[in-house]
Parts: sequence; C-alpha cells; structure tokens
Amino acid sequence: MDALTFGVQLLNGVQYGLLLFLVAAGLTLVFGILGVINLAHGAFYMLGAYFAYWISAHTGSFAAALVGGVAISFLLGLVLEELFVKRLYGRDHLAQVLLSFGLILVIDEVRQMLFGKDVHSVAPPAWLQGSIQLTDVLSYPVYRLALCVVCLAAAGAIFYVIQRTRLGMIIRAGAENRDMTRALGIPFDLVNKYVFAGGIALAALGGILVSPISTVFPGMGDGMLILSFVVVVLGGIGSVAGAAIGALMIGLTDTFGKVFFPQVSSILIYVLMAGVLLWRPNGLLGKKEA
Amino acid sequence: MSEILLKATALEKRYGGLKAVSGVSVDVHRDEVHAVIGPNGAGKSTLINLLSGDVAPTSGAMMMGERDITHLSPNLRALAGVGRSYQKTTIFRDSTVFENVRLAAQAHGGSPLRMVGTAERDGNVNARAAAAVEEAGLSHRSGTVAKFMSHGEQRQLEIAMVLATEPRVILLDEPLAGMGHAEAQRMIALIGRLKDGRGVLIVEHDMDAVFALADRLTVMVDGRPIASGSPEHVRNLPAVRAAYLGHDDEIEAGAAA
Amino acid sequence: MKRLSKIPSAGLIAAVLAVAVALPFVVSGYYVQFASKAMLVGMLALSLNLVVGYGGLVSLCHAAFFGFGGYMLAFMTPEDGGASLWLSLPTALLVVAAVALVIGALSLRTRGIYFIMVTLAFGEMLFYLFHDTKIAGGSDGMYIYFKPELVVGGRNLLDLESARTFYFVALALLAGAAVLVKELVGSPFGRALAAARDNERRALSLGFPVFRVRLTAFVVSGVIAGMAGFFSASQFGFVAPQMLGWHLSATILVMVVLGGMGSIIGPVVGAFALIGLEEVLKTSFEHWKLIKGLVIIALVFLLPGGLRQLATLLMPERVDASATPAKPRSDEAPANV
Repeated sequence: MDALTFGVQLLNGVQYGLLLFLVAAGLTLVFGILGVINLAHGAFYMLGAYFAYWISAHTGSFAAALVGGVAISFLLGLVLEELFVKRLYGRDHLAQVLLSFGLILVIDEVRQMLFGKDVHSVAPPAWLQGSIQLTDVLSYPVYRLALCVVCLAAAGAIFYVIQRTRLGMIIRAGAENRDMTRALGIPFDLVNKYVFAGGIALAALGGILVSPISTVFPGMGDGMLILSFVVVVLGGIGSVAGAAIGALMIGLTDTFGKVFFPQVSSILIYVLMAGVLLWRPNGLLGKKEA
Repeated sequence: MSEILLKATALEKRYGGLKAVSGVSVDVHRDEVHAVIGPNGAGKSTLINLLSGDVAPTSGAMMMGERDITHLSPNLRALAGVGRSYQKTTIFRDSTVFENVRLAAQAHGGSPLRMVGTAERDGNVNARAAAAVEEAGLSHRSGTVAKFMSHGEQRQLEIAMVLATEPRVILLDEPLAGMGHAEAQRMIALIGRLKDGRGVLIVEHDMDAVFALADRLTVMVDGRPIASGSPEHVRNLPAVRAAYLGHDDEIEAGAAA
Repeated sequence: MKRLSKIPSAGLIAAVLAVAVALPFVVSGYYVQFASKAMLVGMLALSLNLVVGYGGLVSLCHAAFFGFGGYMLAFMTPEDGGASLWLSLPTALLVVAAVALVIGALSLRTRGIYFIMVTLAFGEMLFYLFHDTKIAGGSDGMYIYFKPELVVGGRNLLDLESARTFYFVALALLAGAAVLVKELVGSPFGRALAAARDNERRALSLGFPVFRVRLTAFVVSGVIAGMAGFFSASQFGFVAPQMLGWHLSATILVMVVLGGMGSIIGPVVGAFALIGLEEVLKTSFEHWKLIKGLVIIALVFLLPGGLRQLATLLMPERVDASATPAKPRSDEAPANV
C-alpha cells in the first residue's frame, strides 16, 4: 500500500470514527447523565436518514433535510421523554431495556407506514458533489471531506456546551452528584429533557449526514446501535472524551481491518472490545464505579 | 502480649494525587479491641476497606498470621478469617434473620456452592447459623424478616452474619452510628464479648463507647496515624488533643454524650 | 419479582401435565407444532430467567446461545441422513458451553448498563459471524434436511419427523429444564447466586466467590438455551442468523418479565402468551409489530409484575403481601413449578 492509498484509508477511518462519535456521544450522555440505557438510539439514527430522504425528496434541499430532520428528532425526543422516559429514571435497567425495545418496534413500523421499507439514496447538496482528483486513479469525494468538517464542528460544539456553558456545568455537576445539584435548586427535569432530546437529535444527525454516502435502509439502525455500544464500552459510560477516543479506534480498526484482514474484519472490533474489557472493565476513561 | 492476628504494614492508598491513607501500620491482637479514631475524613473507613480487601492498597502489606493477604480479594479474605460490618448496614433486607445468617454460614461451609440438595437442609450450616444468631443475641428474632426490625437489631444481625463466617478478626465500621442510647448500650456489650478468642478492630465516633471498649487506640488525622497506645496514654497526648481541637470536638462531644 | 401467592400443589402440577400429555391426541397437528415451538422458546425464556431473575444480570445475548445450538445441529447433520443425537447433542452443548464461558467471563467483569451493552455486543458478534461469513450459508442460513436420530442397536428410537413424538420430546426437555433450574435455585449455589444479586458487596464479604457463581449460572443457562436452539432448528429444519440476533434476545426478555421473574415456570407462561399473541396479531394486522411494541411499552408501565399482577388485579381476593412485585424472599422456598 503506498502512502497515498494509506492516507485515503486513514481519512476514511477518521471520517467513519467522527460519524460514530456523533451517534455514540448522544448515547453516552443519556447513559451518563440520565442513567438510562436506550436501545432505540439506533432507530433514531435510521429515522434521521429517512427524514433526510423524505425531506430532500420533497424540497430538493439537503440543507432543509438537515435542519428539519434534526428539529423533528429533537421534538420527538422531548415528547418521548415526557411520555415515557422520565417515568423510568431510577427504575431498573430491565424496564429501560424493554421500553426501548418496544419503541424500536413502534418506530420501525411507523417508519414503514410513513416511508415504506424501500432502500433509498439521498443526493448531497450540489456544491458538495464531485470528487477531488488525487492521482489518475485515486479521487476523494468532496462530500466526505465536508462530512468530516461538519462532524468536527459538531464535536467542538458538544465539548463547548459541556465545558463552557451553564447547561454543561449543570450536566457535569449532575453526573458527579445528582443529589447535590438537585439541592441547589437546578431545574433537573428540564435538563433531563434537553439531554435526552439532544441525544436523540445527535443520533438523527448522524443518520442524516450519512445518508448521501450510504444507502438508506430499514436495518441501518441496528448495526449503528451495536457500534455505538462498543464505542461507549471502550470509552467509558458518560465520558464524551472517551466516546471520541473509542469512536476513532473503532473507525480506524474497521477501515483498516477491511483492508488488511477482510475475512475477519467484522469480528475485529469485538476483539478490541474484549481486550479493553480485560484491561479496563469500565472503559478507557470510565469511572471506577459504573 | 497476646497473639497478633492481623498485621498491616505501611499501608497507603492514593486516589490520583490525594493520599486517603498513608503510612498506616496497625495490628489486631487476639482478645483485644483495637479502636481507630480521628476526625471525619481521616481515612478510617478507607483503612477498614483496605483491611477487608474492598479497596486495593497502593502500597503496603497485610498479613493474617503467617499468611500474606495483601492481594486477596474480599471473598478470599473472608475465607482467610477477616469479617467486617459496613458503615451502612449491609444485610439482605428481604430475608429473615436466620436466612441472613444461614447464608453467611453457608459461605464458610464445606461446600458453599453445592448445586444439589436444598440449602436449608444442611444441618451443619444450620447449627453454625443458630450459634451465631444466639451469640449476637437475636435468637428471639430468628424468623423475622430483616427489614421489619429496628436499626439497632439490623446492626446486631450484621454482626451475627459476620460471626457465622467464623472470623478470627472482626472489622467494625461505626457500629453505633445512628443508634439510640439503649441500643448503643446493648451493642457495646455485644462488641465487648466479640473479642473473646478473636481480634476486633473498630472505627467509631462515640468516644464513650471507644473508651469503654478499646484495649488499644490508634488516632488518625489526614490519612496518617498520629498516635497509638493504651486509651489512657493516647487520651493525654497533647498532639491528639490539638488534632481534635483543630478539627472538631468529637472527644468533647463524646464525653458530653 | 415475587412469589406465587400460593405454592401450586402437586395436584395442579399433575393436572397441567395431564393436559399437556393429552393435548397432541385431541388437537390438530398445527397446534401440536405450535405448542412444541412455544415449549422450546419457553425453555429458552426459562434459561434466561436463571440469569436475569435469580442472578439479577440482564443478559442480551441468550439468543446467540440458542442460535449457536441450532447451527451446531446444522453443521453436524450429514448430507444423506440425520445426525446422531448421541454425538451431535453433547458436542453442540459443549461448544455452546465454551462460547458462554468466554462471553460470560468477559461480560461479568462489568456491571449494570455495561453488562447489558457488552452481552448485546458479543451476541451480535456471533450474529455477524454467521451473517457476514460463508461458514454457514451467510445471511441465507442453512437447511437441515434430516432430523437427528437416536439410534440404538440399529433402530432409531426417536422419530422426530412425527410431530407428536417431537412434541413429547419438547415437553420432556422443558420439564427437565424446569426441574433442573428449580433444583439449582433451591440449592446452596442458588442461594449464593441470589445473595450476589441482592447485595454483591455483602456476598463478597461473606466469602462467596461471586464471579464464579455468576459465571457458572451464565454457562448453565447458556447450555439450556443452546439445547432449546438445537431442537428448534431440528423442528424447523432451518437455521438463519436471525436466530442469534438481539431482537430475539430482547423478545425473550419480554417473555420473562411478562410471565414473572419470581417463579421457575413464569417465563414459560410468558413465552406462550407472547407467541400466542404474535400468532393472533400476525393473522389479523398488517402492522402487527406496532401493536407488539405498544404491548411491550404497556407492560413496562402498567404491568411491571407481569401476568401474575394481572391475575391479582382481576382476582382481588387473592391479593396479599406476596402478590405485589417485590424481591423474592430468599428465606422461603422460591415459587415453584
């Protein structure tokens, strides 16, 4: 493999990792702050992609799909939190598993009623179509580069919110000591709502962003759910920085695994996870007590 | 001097840069109550957790007799003869007193994990459980579900469970916390009997109880032992008085109680 | 979790068994096959409950053990005849035990949400192993053209082609698994498992080797699940990766909660109820999964105690302290078959 091909694969791995990070960050925040395990996270990723397909097919605008898809998902998150999720804070994880499994079935079926079960593709915005010609035979799609930029911007925004804003401060304090923050009179109910809806919106954003470079199909959420779980297990529950590290590890492992060990590439990430579990059962940046 | 059952040397526990416990050497003798006192945050609970294996030390060593237990997990330490109670009562709340203690006896039976036969029909385990319930003074409560008992009785139950594991050393983390006067008196009498043939290490804030029970005292401040010796010796040390006056007034509070 | 409000008498058990034995002689073949299928899935749910209900460990990879058992039969069935049960069943169970041992040893290093995620991920690893590679027909799965045979002295003692024979085999397996789990739960081992569930810290400080106890339960449960899968594959003559997928794992979990975690046989009742419901919905509605999803959501909020809670709501005179959802009281004989 020459340096240029390696570079392209490296870029692919990083791009994949960044996308994974967006989705997994939503998951790890919901775990870490709400203590809720959400198996339906992948379903929202899938839903995001279908929103992107539907909105862009009707408006012809990918930007509208991006904004509209995220907004709808966020609202959906608010509604679901109010209806269901908030009743499960503090209940055992088993109830949360069942609820989110029930939600998956409902979301899948509603998606089928609204959008059908066909496989779709979404066109990237016109100004991001085309490729950069690297050599005579190698080129790199502009959209993938733009995707990296958008993911990086979103990652930056997540870190900014958590590290620099009042909401982030409350989130961090809440993750450390819920009772204390409650005692300080912080409107936790509202924060919970935003965190849950924000997590959902991140999953959907991932689905929207991926739609122009992948096909949009009903089962796309499942694969993403498992990958985000692996990312969170690697990084440690509730750790956004851990999710970033885990996502890049998975992105690179998967991309280079397919290049070097195509036979076993689908198993490699689990081997990686097993290794981390042996070494640090609570994840690379996880706290001692989960 | 009586036989040394448990000996800890130069224990240290760091959390990041913070030294929760540092340079602590304590030993527990047969037929003795060794009390560890000190202001809040002095590292007393961490010390107990180190001795019981709930927390792994950063450095230092622990011996039970000739046996190095430094790297043993909590369950293996229990089997090696170290029993403990927790600051927050740790029992099986939905089970009866007898079943709680029976479980403890089972853990130390000949075949704790036997997969055949009914658990309740092991005569040997039942006999040892009954003896422990008796020793802890709970025979009359044997059939009561733990959560329906008073706080003091639940603490007694916890001690009965520890006894059923046939420990040579018993670690008690604030056994009197939250008790009324009558309950506390009963518990003090019980602890006084526990040392018979065993060694007891107790962390306690109630200074009346400490001076009533302790054969030896270790005073910890900021994770370090600042004094050790007989209660009379320690009580009069200027450093100890200064330490307590400098932090809070537990000695005074204890004396006033 | 809770106990049965009344421990079923020997008479009740005998009555249920009598009905079960008589059933294939009075109903049509369709129902015999349906009951066989439900009993094997019930066996799977029962195995999961050993880990979830008695161990307090929410595992999301039991379908993988179930599917693995099925795939083992597919691998060992020759092209021209049935596999020998003498050889194929022990081999399949041994392999499943080994898989459960490895997955359990890694997953049990974690707790709570981590455990759920890690078991789910390892289960999916096995799913992708069969889905993405060509070792067993990939995503298309594999056919098993011949039923396994129990040959003694040149004669096949078990004609699994006969729906009725198969029914009795499934019934015997289910009953055997129920007796096994009941014995385990009441044994000193079972008490140690429950102690670790109720208070891990205390169980450790009493001297119980919690990790080993849990791992043993995990492997035993995985083997029962593998056995159910082995015979399910035999019944349908077909295996596919979906058999290992986590949607099935989650569905079994629903059955366990639906039937009630506090008893041995509750999950089997849950399995019958959910499979029955699915059959009815499938024939009546195009979007039956929507209803299934809503039923699951309703279960979480309205009936956290499962069907038994429903029974106590409908029959208020039976309401007593032990009928409300609560941790099983390990001081008394756990609810029985």
